[in-house]
Amino acid sequence: MNIQLRFFASVREALGTAQETIAVPAGVLTVGAVRAHLRGRGGVWAETLADHRSLRMAYNQQMTGPDTRIDEGGEVAFFPPVTGG
Amino acid sequence: MPIRVQTQDFDLGKEVAALRAGQSQVGAVVAFVGTVRDMNDGTGVSAMELEHYPGMTEKALEDIVAQARSRWAMIDALVIHRVGPLKPLDQIVLVAVTSSHRGEAFSACEFIMDYLKTQAPFWKKEQTSQGARWVDARVTDDHALEKWGVRSGNAGQAE
Repeated sequence: MNIQLRFFASVREALGTAQETIAVPAGVLTVGAVRAHLRGRGGVWAETLADHRSLRMAYNQQMTGPDTRIDEGGEVAFFPPVTGG
Repeated sequence: MPIRVQTQDFDLGKEVAALRAGQSQVGAVVAFVGTVRDMNDGTGVSAMELEHYPGMTEKALEDIVAQARSRWAMIDALVIHRVGPLKPLDQIVLVAVTSSHRGEAFSACEFIMDYLKTQAPFWKKEQTSQGARWVDARVTDDHALEKWGVRSGNAGQAE
């Protein structure tokens, strides 16, 4: 399954990338599983996406939690708590 | 309900005039303008950069205004949020709400701002004398949204 990844603000800077398209392995079915899969890259990925980091996540441009299911072509985003206004 | 995310500045008077033009049922206009301070958490701020998530940010703002509309008898609302480089004294955000009576407009305007602070994907990066830093989310902003009966968890644990 191919999905689009988006990263913003401090997460984007730490990872050194704003977006990419990846093919996730079978068994990666939720937003939380995508996060865990990316941690498997090690280094800054493991550190930035660690469970204890209070990141926010979006699926198809809606704020969401780790249990949300992903589909082919979906867009998964990781970013820090928001600070607008 | 116009939503605009833009780099340009805005003129409060012109925006409010346009929002209520021809709307003779309007009896109240409440507008909030957020501006860039020269100080944050005890450190001087010389400039800032605002980042957003194009597409999602606009949807989130539309959703926030729709939620306000479901709670109060608003007539219309306008949200303008700037992105890109900003300096102290610059305007950042405008929320304006029209209604027949003031109570609805006051409440809806505050609700939209409280919601925006913790649910709309914007991020501020400040330039300070100690270098650049991403602004931390505040638990007090979560509490501000909780008074409307909405759990936030932006600054604390993500939901």
